[in-house]
Amino acid sequence: MACIIKVDDVVTRFGDRLVHDGISLNIASGEIYGLLGPSGCGKSTLMREMILLEPVQSGSIRLFGDDVSALSHGEEQWLRGRWGVLFQSNALFTSLCVAENIALVLKESTTLSPVMIDEVVAFKLDIVGLSQRDGELYPSQLSGGMKRKVALARALAIDPTLLFLDEPTSGLDPISAREFDALILRLRDMLQLTIVMVSHDLVSIRTTLDRMAVMDEGRIAAEGTLEEVLQVDNPFIRSFFGGVSV
Amino acid sequence: MAHLKVIREDSTLRLHCSGRWDALRLASVIETMQAEVLPIRNTVITFDLDAITHFDTAAALLLHRDIRTLEANGNEVTLKIEDSAVRRMFEMVGRHAHPEATFVTKMPGMLESVGVATVEFIQDTKGLLAFVGETSWTFVRLFSSPRTFRWREMLFQMNESAIKALWIIALTMFLVGVVVAYQSAVQLKTYGANIFIVDMLGISILRELAPMLTAIVVAGRSGSAFAAQIGVMKMTEEIDAMRTMGLDPFAFLVLPRILALMVMMPVLIFFADVAGVVGGMVVANIELDITMTLFLERFREAVDIKHFWVGMIKGPFFAAFIAFIGIYRGMLVKSDTESIGLNTTKSVVEAIFAVIILDAFFSIIFTNLGF
Ligand SMILES: Nc1ncnc2c1ncn2[C@@H]1O[C@H](COP(=O)(O)OP(=O)(O)OP(=O)(O)O)[C@@H](O)[C@H]1O
Ligand SMILES: [Mg+2]
Repeated sequence: MACIIKVDDVVTRFGDRLVHDGISLNIASGEIYGLLGPSGCGKSTLMREMILLEPVQSGSIRLFGDDVSALSHGEEQWLRGRWGVLFQSNALFTSLCVAENIALVLKESTTLSPVMIDEVVAFKLDIVGLSQRDGELYPSQLSGGMKRKVALARALAIDPTLLFLDEPTSGLDPISAREFDALILRLRDMLQLTIVMVSHDLVSIRTTLDRMAVMDEGRIAAEGTLEEVLQVDNPFIRSFFGGVSV
Repeated sequence: MAHLKVIREDSTLRLHCSGRWDALRLASVIETMQAEVLPIRNTVITFDLDAITHFDTAAALLLHRDIRTLEANGNEVTLKIEDSAVRRMFEMVGRHAHPEATFVTKMPGMLESVGVATVEFIQDTKGLLAFVGETSWTFVRLFSSPRTFRWREMLFQMNESAIKALWIIALTMFLVGVVVAYQSAVQLKTYGANIFIVDMLGISILRELAPMLTAIVVAGRSGSAFAAQIGVMKMTEEIDAMRTMGLDPFAFLVLPRILALMVMMPVLIFFADVAGVVGGMVVANIELDITMTLFLERFREAVDIKHFWVGMIKGPFFAAFIAFIGIYRGMLVKSDTESIGLNTTKSVVEAIFAVIILDAFFSIIFTNLGF
């Protein structure tokens, strides 16, 4: 399968703190790929480098074959038009209501009529498990889990071909989390999405991920399917997957 | 691109759909639908979706909507979908669709806006009074336990809001001194009243110009900074976190800022006085040939020390108003980013306005008292 994201020997440091010490991985088209690892091991940072928010200090990241450090403005915008991002901290626009948060990118980059946009927004709210009434609330009026769902709906707004999710199920109740897993799988099958997802949720990892990379101490401790990862002898993998039966 | 071709076959109509049907590429489809398909009445219509390579939720929703419209107009619509992904998408979207959904952002009418503004004004004023009261109460309590006062925070604020503002205030006031002196020099020369430039400059700078200008710069620099800092802390729930730890935000944030500004304002005004007079002195020297010695001698004779004190006394009052308004505006920030901008702007505008009103009051009071 075509390789959509290719990370090659990435080194990142903040001051004298070495976060990535030569990370390499490959993400293929149409797969759901997990980034796992202990807190602070640099998963979010790696994701931020992939989505052009942090410069790649050393090494290279290729998206759709192009090196992200050498993109023209036009190419960057083209890329930004085809991915959806869910931030670990949601990053909702606090001065826009829920419906406007989801509609923003639709209004700006499509020619859909306002009525159609409202219908698309209503649909997105429905699939992430929110009610139509929630659409008119502002982010400050939402619970933690509801914010998460809105952020998900916003990431899915234009059915991006590439989806970056930073801990999508954290803060969700177990039922919503499982519904989310099912939704992700369904969307992937219907839209041939490629999904890169940071997760600490064992059930999610087992049911949704095709392949994963385990990051530990700045390096990739293991990469592959869950079975392959479980074969690797690493203290984090042992304690993290301690109770998982494949 | 997404394509839609309308093919007429006798009495029936075949709509041949092809290409990538996704939200970003639907423009031409929407156009064709509007122009050629939706006006059709009482016909048998077949949508042929087999040539679609990519079919996303927006496209599926659009198709659902248009089919509903066509059926409502008396057409008989059938679908031809071979591809299972397209079919599943079409069906899933059908299950989750909410065709009647509208999300209206309410625009308040004129009457409502006026009402809301009035109520807000009353509440803001009440709130400001309560805020001043609570701060004073915290200040009073300080006397029973002076050791709890946050000296470090106050020193930090003195540095941030005053020491770092020294240069900009001195420079501004120097230039004001130059401008005022230059303008009056031209007039005074025609009357041969050169030496009176000293009286004029001395009194106007010490009494009015230096305190006002300092207050305006401080309002712009520190009033806005207070509003923005406290506003963000309010938004990120930092102030709530403090409260739950038993740390009183009034003692931690409010009082050190207010006291720092009140203590430092006279110092700033003093420097502004000096800079302004020096500015005037330079111009007097160049334009009117008044030597520095002569200038200073005349200054001692003509400019009473009371003018200096009038300027100084205003300082802490201006400072208190600027700090109270800035911090209170910060406290009014709600949980959206827009209200930070709004309250920061208001803090500066209101502080400058308050300073000018206060200055007018001082003018009346001091004049009546014979100062
Ligand atoms: N801007 C920054 N400046 C300095 N250090 C940073 C910066 N951003 C991240 N770090 C450091 O980089 C490391 C990785 O952070 P990152 O947010 O990527 O962790 P993570 O793997 O996403 O953790 P978690 O699972 O807790 O979200 C952390 O040790 C963090 O302190
Ligand atoms: Mg993270």
